[in-house]
Amino acid sequence: MTTSHENEKETMDTTVKPHSLADVAQAKSVKAPGTRALGTGLETRGVHAWFGKHHALSNISLDFAAGTVTALIGPSGCGKSTFIRTINRMHEFIPTAAMAGEVLLDGKDVYAPGTDVTKIRLQIGMVFQKPNPFPSMTIGENVLSGLKLAQIKVDNKDDLLEESLERAGLWSEVKDRLGAHGGSLSGGQQQRLCIARALAVRPQVLLMDEPCSALDPGSTLRIEETIRHLSDTMTIIIVTHNMQQAARVSDYTAFFLSDGGPGQMIEVAPTSEIFSRPQDQRTENYVTGRFG
Amino acid sequence: MTVIPVLSILVTVLKKGLPGISFGLFTHDMALATPTDPLNNGGLLHAITGTLTLVAVALVLSVPIGILTALYLTEIRGRFTGPIRFLVQAMSGVPSIVAGLFILSAVLYPITKAYSGLMGALALTILMIPTIARTSEEVLNLIPNELREAGTALGGTQWRTVAMIVLPAAKSGLITAIILGVARIAGETAPILLLTGGGDKVNPNAFNGPMGSLPYYIWKSFNAGSPEAITRAWAGLLVLVGLVLILFTSARFLGSRKAAK
Repeated sequence: MTTSHENEKETMDTTVKPHSLADVAQAKSVKAPGTRALGTGLETRGVHAWFGKHHALSNISLDFAAGTVTALIGPSGCGKSTFIRTINRMHEFIPTAAMAGEVLLDGKDVYAPGTDVTKIRLQIGMVFQKPNPFPSMTIGENVLSGLKLAQIKVDNKDDLLEESLERAGLWSEVKDRLGAHGGSLSGGQQQRLCIARALAVRPQVLLMDEPCSALDPGSTLRIEETIRHLSDTMTIIIVTHNMQQAARVSDYTAFFLSDGGPGQMIEVAPTSEIFSRPQDQRTENYVTGRFG
Repeated sequence: MTVIPVLSILVTVLKKGLPGISFGLFTHDMALATPTDPLNNGGLLHAITGTLTLVAVALVLSVPIGILTALYLTEIRGRFTGPIRFLVQAMSGVPSIVAGLFILSAVLYPITKAYSGLMGALALTILMIPTIARTSEEVLNLIPNELREAGTALGGTQWRTVAMIVLPAAKSGLITAIILGVARIAGETAPILLLTGGGDKVNPNAFNGPMGSLPYYIWKSFNAGSPEAITRAWAGLLVLVGLVLILFTSARFLGSRKAAK
């Protein structure tokens, strides 16, 4: 266990981590062509979540500066996935689910009355645990499916198709077979196809719910590269069970834990600090592999 | 074991029906022929077109209703899900003669007061809806929830997600549901006898005038009793079996072609 911990440190030391949210926002305010403005980021204020009577998540307040990658770590069942699903209101997809608190995107509450929930999901994209390309569509149709679903018109679909696949790191592998079915790709390619699909509607924020848990190490590495590229142009929140992955891709890490009751956020800090100098004993126990 | 009765039926129908099959059978109706005429007089064109018309009209009515019912049960899951599912299950047990009598007393006697293809098709629709609805519900339940989530997370409304993702993904299963519906009604006789009025002439208009059909023709020919008529009945049976087989294979082909690509 000690060895793997040392490996983590090594990986982290190779990248310089900015230390305040403002610094990061400043450093990444460069706008890439073809992408939306980064905006001012995402904040959550006192978010609670319930499934029926079960209180799943308690009082989460977190800031996500524009252009940062934040990893959410913690043992299973601590509410990480539930938390990111409250951000793009996918939490509502489950019939008995309820939530309280505020989720502010560029200062505006996504739960404000009169908000069009489909617009929110266009601004806050999502990639799921299992690759789920639409089986009835070709690769090209999959990438552009968000436009059809949300009835968005674009002038040049081919450019958007290439740009989205390029950003997801898949263009060179599929450019000659855009008419093939999505299911003909490998698992890792399918997941990058799902990332391209989420990118095609140009969200400001991308939520990733354990995007590599069903993939082999090579595919995982490709996705991590993609995440690092994307963080120049968007805000990313990634749930992961893999601590090395959190260390490799994220600027910030938040540790979630449930002590039998609702899930809570124990600690959030720049990723290097979470892994080297955690403030809370429970965080240290978790990141050093003493439990979880 | 199940193959034995199927084979026995097929062999009997082939053996007794083949002598009655001739080219004229498919180009003539029985308008100018009597049951005792030799076999080269008359044919069953009116019965074939009648059966196809009845099935087509019943399809047009029952496919939208059946699939929308299945969508209500799987996608909307509203307050009436329980009662509707119960009702659909109860409907699938309705004997065909009851469906026929219902249309006879509820539509034909009080409203149209005349036999027509439409009346028969209405009764067939009652029989077809529960088959299509139940099978479609099972098929739609097999579509993984992740696809619905992915569509919703991409900014699709529930309606657009269902129309663009769930239904296309379920396409071949839904076609199977429709085939099973057609199988349920293609050879249905009781409501046809009550409602269509038979008829020996080709009648392309389902809304007006009596309409022949294969089951009706078979029933009528057997009743006529002359050796020629009985051969005609067996030939009609053979054509009915063949028609159902053709419908099945073409629908299967249509359903699997996209999936195989």
